[in-house]
Amino acid sequence: MDQALLRALIPTVIGVLVRRGADFAAAEDAVQEALVEAIRVWPENPPRDPKGWLVTVAWRKFLDAARAEASRRQREVRVDAEPLPGEGEAVDDTLQLYFLCAHPSLTPASAVALTLRAVGGLTTRQIAQAYLVPEATMAQRISRAKRTVSSVRFTQPGDVGTVLRVLYLVFNEGYSGDVDLAGEAIRLTRQLAARIHHEEVAGLLALMLLHHARRPARTAPDGSLVPLAEQDRSLWDTRLITEGVDVLQAALARDRLGEFQAQAAIAALHADARTAEETDWVQIVEWYDELVRITGSPVARLNRAVAVGEADGARAGLAALEGLDPALPRYSAAAAYLHERDGDLVTAARLYAEAARAAPNLAEREHLTRQAARLNTGLRR
Amino acid sequence: MAKYLLLKHYRGAPASVNDVPMDQWTPEEFSAHVQYMRDFAARLESTGEFVESHELSPEGTFVRYDGEGRPPVTDGPFAETKDLIAGWMVIDVESYERALELAGELSAAPGAGGKPIHEWLEVRPFYGVTPTATE
Repeated sequence: MDQALLRALIPTVIGVLVRRGADFAAAEDAVQEALVEAIRVWPENPPRDPKGWLVTVAWRKFLDAARAEASRRQREVRVDAEPLPGEGEAVDDTLQLYFLCAHPSLTPASAVALTLRAVGGLTTRQIAQAYLVPEATMAQRISRAKRTVSSVRFTQPGDVGTVLRVLYLVFNEGYSGDVDLAGEAIRLTRQLAARIHHEEVAGLLALMLLHHARRPARTAPDGSLVPLAEQDRSLWDTRLITEGVDVLQAALARDRLGEFQAQAAIAALHADARTAEETDWVQIVEWYDELVRITGSPVARLNRAVAVGEADGARAGLAALEGLDPALPRYSAAAAYLHERDGDLVTAARLYAEAARAAPNLAEREHLTRQAARLNTGLRR
Repeated sequence: MAKYLLLKHYRGAPASVNDVPMDQWTPEEFSAHVQYMRDFAARLESTGEFVESHELSPEGTFVRYDGEGRPPVTDGPFAETKDLIAGWMVIDVESYERALELAGELSAAPGAGGKPIHEWLEVRPFYGVTPTATE
């Protein structure tokens, strides 16, 4: 069974039920039930018309639930058992679902969970496993999210920016479980880019493709992090890089720069260098200038300082660090790197150890501890 | 979302405000306490923030390697260890502030006289995920 094909049908089928008169929450539940049944039944009995099968089963599940609810309340079922004619799409249902599931009234984690289920066609169990929480907890997170957006009209236009932030979260903060969330984020962003012409959607897609291309080189066989400068570039996926660069160039040609395009441009310049030494740091610094101008983000300034260190020497990089809050995430790691390049190994070793203690994840802690150990061992000799 | 461990100590934490040992409570006070803990976990499940909850027996033994071909050395169980973990709850929440808020609620579980125990709980963050985009 082609899981990707099945998953791609889910938002369309939710749209069909909503246009037949089901409210979003009930439609989404019914389609989830049909999805779970499809995963069970299809491997043995693949349907000739997968979409028709899903619509029929989901509609039946919806009617069963509506009747049960009505008898509980001793009321008539108000939705006709016979579907209304006219299933033509007036609006793009899938696009509407992206907006609804990333509605600004939702917390980021709720928006992520709802997007993965209703747009991504993942089961609650798969999402729970991906985020390492019990299935019951994830089910509650999703039903609360649906209650939060219950008053939002399905056809209400939404904000592309919030959708992009949700997709970026899925890409960047997904645990690696059974479901490849980074790959799923790319699929969902690609599907969005096919429906809406927006330079930042393209920018985000390019950014994801260019980062994903480096994935095989990013971790050593023992699981440790390999920094960009030390990666085996022959492992980079050139097909993804080519696609990412093409998508980015088309976006930049529209001349409406945004933060995702700027970040993708930086990733593209790294992808362009056959060796770390060939990296065009001067252009990278220019893109960081753009990124700082667009976002004003201190994290962008911190990354810019490291790039300045490469372009103009460690002293210039350290000067660019001045004025930044040392409590910024990864500030000590950046300062350690620049001090080492400047030849001050004692300060660098101390800062690497400090950075390791403050590391937000285990892989970075191990990497930074190893850097401190390397410098301290050298200093003892 | 970020995961936090709410760690409960039998010993080793500063003394609670309502510091009466459980075996000195009335059965009703004890039942009220257990019910509070169950309700708390159920409420967290309904808000989508619950991960797990476990309690440990107070019997603990230290074990260490004692060289090739020798059985490990054990020491204990101890009656007077300084620190003794009683159990934990793992939560998955939006912010550190929310973790503190929930730990505060858990610490208000009723004890002797039906009054909050004001017990000290230790809040420890889990390591997060390694982001895909790193530079």
